[in-house]
Amino acid sequence: MSDRLNVLKTYKLYVGGKFPRSESGRVYEVTDAKGKWLANAPQSSRKDARDAVVAARKAFGGWAGATAYNRGQVLYRVAEMLEGRRAQFVHEVADAEGLSKSKAAEQVDAAVDRWVWYAGWTDKIAQVVGGGNPVAGPYFNLSSPEPTGVVAVLAPQESSFLGLVSVLAPVIATGNTAVVVASEKAPLPALSLAEVLATSDVPGGVVNVLSGRTAEIAAPLASHQDVNAIDLAGADEVLAKELEIAAADNLKRVLRPQPVDDWTATPGIDRLTAFLETKTVWHPTGSLGAGGSSY
Amino acid sequence: MASASAFEYAPAPESRSVVDIAPSYGLFIDGEFVEAADGKVFKTVSPSTEEVLSEIAQAGEADVDRAVAAARRAFEKWSALPGSERAKYLFRIARIIQERSRELAVLETLDNGKPIKETRDADLPLVAAHFFYYAGWADKLEHAGFGVSPKPLGVAGQVIPWNFPLLMLAWKIAPALATGNTVVLKPAETTPLSALFFADVCRQAGLPKGVVNILPGYGDTGAALVAHPDVNKVAFTGSTAVGKEIARTVAGSRKKLTLELGGKGANIVFDDAPIDQAVEGIVNGIFFNQGQVCCAGSRLLVQESIQDELLDSLKRRLSTLRLGDPLDKNTDIGAINSAEQLARITSLVDKGAAEGAEPWSPECELPSAGYWFAPTLFTNVTQAHTIARDEIFGPVLSVLTFRTPDEAVAKANNTQYGLSAGIWTEKGSRILAVANKLRAGVVWSNTFNKFDPTSPFGGYKESGFGREGGRHGLEAYLDV
Repeated sequence: MSDRLNVLKTYKLYVGGKFPRSESGRVYEVTDAKGKWLANAPQSSRKDARDAVVAARKAFGGWAGATAYNRGQVLYRVAEMLEGRRAQFVHEVADAEGLSKSKAAEQVDAAVDRWVWYAGWTDKIAQVVGGGNPVAGPYFNLSSPEPTGVVAVLAPQESSFLGLVSVLAPVIATGNTAVVVASEKAPLPALSLAEVLATSDVPGGVVNVLSGRTAEIAAPLASHQDVNAIDLAGADEVLAKELEIAAADNLKRVLRPQPVDDWTATPGIDRLTAFLETKTVWHPTGSLGAGGSSY
Repeated sequence: MASASAFEYAPAPESRSVVDIAPSYGLFIDGEFVEAADGKVFKTVSPSTEEVLSEIAQAGEADVDRAVAAARRAFEKWSALPGSERAKYLFRIARIIQERSRELAVLETLDNGKPIKETRDADLPLVAAHFFYYAGWADKLEHAGFGVSPKPLGVAGQVIPWNFPLLMLAWKIAPALATGNTVVLKPAETTPLSALFFADVCRQAGLPKGVVNILPGYGDTGAALVAHPDVNKVAFTGSTAVGKEIARTVAGSRKKLTLELGGKGANIVFDDAPIDQAVEGIVNGIFFNQGQVCCAGSRLLVQESIQDELLDSLKRRLSTLRLGDPLDKNTDIGAINSAEQLARITSLVDKGAAEGAEPWSPECELPSAGYWFAPTLFTNVTQAHTIARDEIFGPVLSVLTFRTPDEAVAKANNTQYGLSAGIWTEKGSRILAVANKLRAGVVWSNTFNKFDPTSPFGGYKESGFGREGGRHGLEAYLDV
């Protein structure tokens, strides 16, 4: 070890492609598993949550309208950037979750691979869940999945990085935009992931990351009229029920907390389909060679 | 009006004798018709004459308990049946409905007030087709894309509306039974009869007792059903306000929820649209079933340059619509379903006029008994008007204009709802571009109000979530 004093990072939020502090000016102490001080993380307010929703809404049209191929490349780019910063994340995850270096490395490697898995899904999910419908009449009839809109994501509390990536990537893979509430006691890997996203061609506002008290930030998100869906992964039973009730006011799509034993297991497509709508388009086919066309 | 005589037809009523309505009906629980535990009853009337059709047992909480328990007992065996056996029961039901379709069509017209032309040619064929379609899924679930061994949820509590009583029953019961669930269904208080006749269809099909239970009642019966702790799945079709209340009720539980709620569908007509077809589509979009349709095209968005031409044609067409006896085969517009609904339509129409929109109706004589409302269209409507925002659920069309496709899309999407939309244009690329931008679950281009069991139906935003119909419709009843 040299006696050089290292430069500490100021951890900031990620909103609309920028890295602001909380408008409230508040921070809270983040410690490692043994209680050693790691950093002061921004403690987001209701106002920060609303700003993040505005940014996510603004980004939605462009991201949902991007080609699936393009979204796939952007998600793959996230994996590339993350791979290059592997050592940093191993270190941060080890601190955050009290894991050995090798266990933390497994988490980070799995997270990189998860981005790759979802990068490959962007241009395949529509063929798996959509398709033509053989209606009993002269109509072309096609069902296609479309992103639900702005999704609030309460990241898992325990798995600060792999859990976070596992809930975030499927939301944006299909063209939704996200407001993520990081693990309350271990927010640093999430805040660092924002730096990766910012350098991965993910358009500003597609992912917004907030740190702070989950219950405080989640309440305004659950009742926000311009949020279309909410993933309650990071909420305990009592909070989840409160938020689900609040979410009913504009009929948000709600993904209830599910027990997850092992975040490294291959995910199915449930998290992709949870935030998809199905649009069915009809058009008369007319007919040829049978006495002219018809509407 | 001068042309009225050209459309005077001799009466052509469908015979009522094909249906035999008993003076009273019980609840259908565990394969038996039984009285309500507290002995409560209510009357169902024919909305076109106000004649009392029958007296119906009204289910209370104790009856909900009893029905859910029966469905729970039936679940073990029903879900364990080979899919191919469940399929055969559903095929039987589909065939019996086809055999009895005229009887059921007349019954539905009597209880609901909609024209026999619609129950005979739309409701009943779709009901039979829906059972036939989902019957075929029952032994193919492992190939449906929901995992290798998808499981039923258990007991489904289902609450349906009065606008398509038997069709909504089919949309609920067919996929639930095909996937191995058992059901407790509450029909609407103004239209309980076809669901009770369906109980008899189940009897004829030899369906095991307890697999289908029918509990007529009011909103409190439905509330007790969706709140029941032993219900695993809740499916509701009805108003957005009640849908939100149900979403709150099931919050924090493990009950799976699907909601099919209100709408304020935009029917967009571009300047190159085939006007005659568009007029037919507009009429069908808002006057089908007296406009009491959640996916009705209740907002007409017409490109400014063709507004006059289109409205002239539309008004001419409306003048030829025949309102009257729903059992008459020539009737286009039947009765409004209830006095309550008529009052709601009337109050919203009054509000529309009070806020400055201009109402227009063809000359139209309303029968002296029953609940009736003349087809109405409003011009000079702005997006801020109540009649452009609230679901009226009646034969009332709000006409707005636009200049560019972007403006049309912005106005179409400017609503809390997202159920249906229509596009009329001859330009293919415009259809695809506009369809792509509309936030609605069903988009009809150069057609409107088409339904099919293979075609997923359901909303975006506050029109609800989940899909009914097609492969998609299975998901609501599977543990996925």
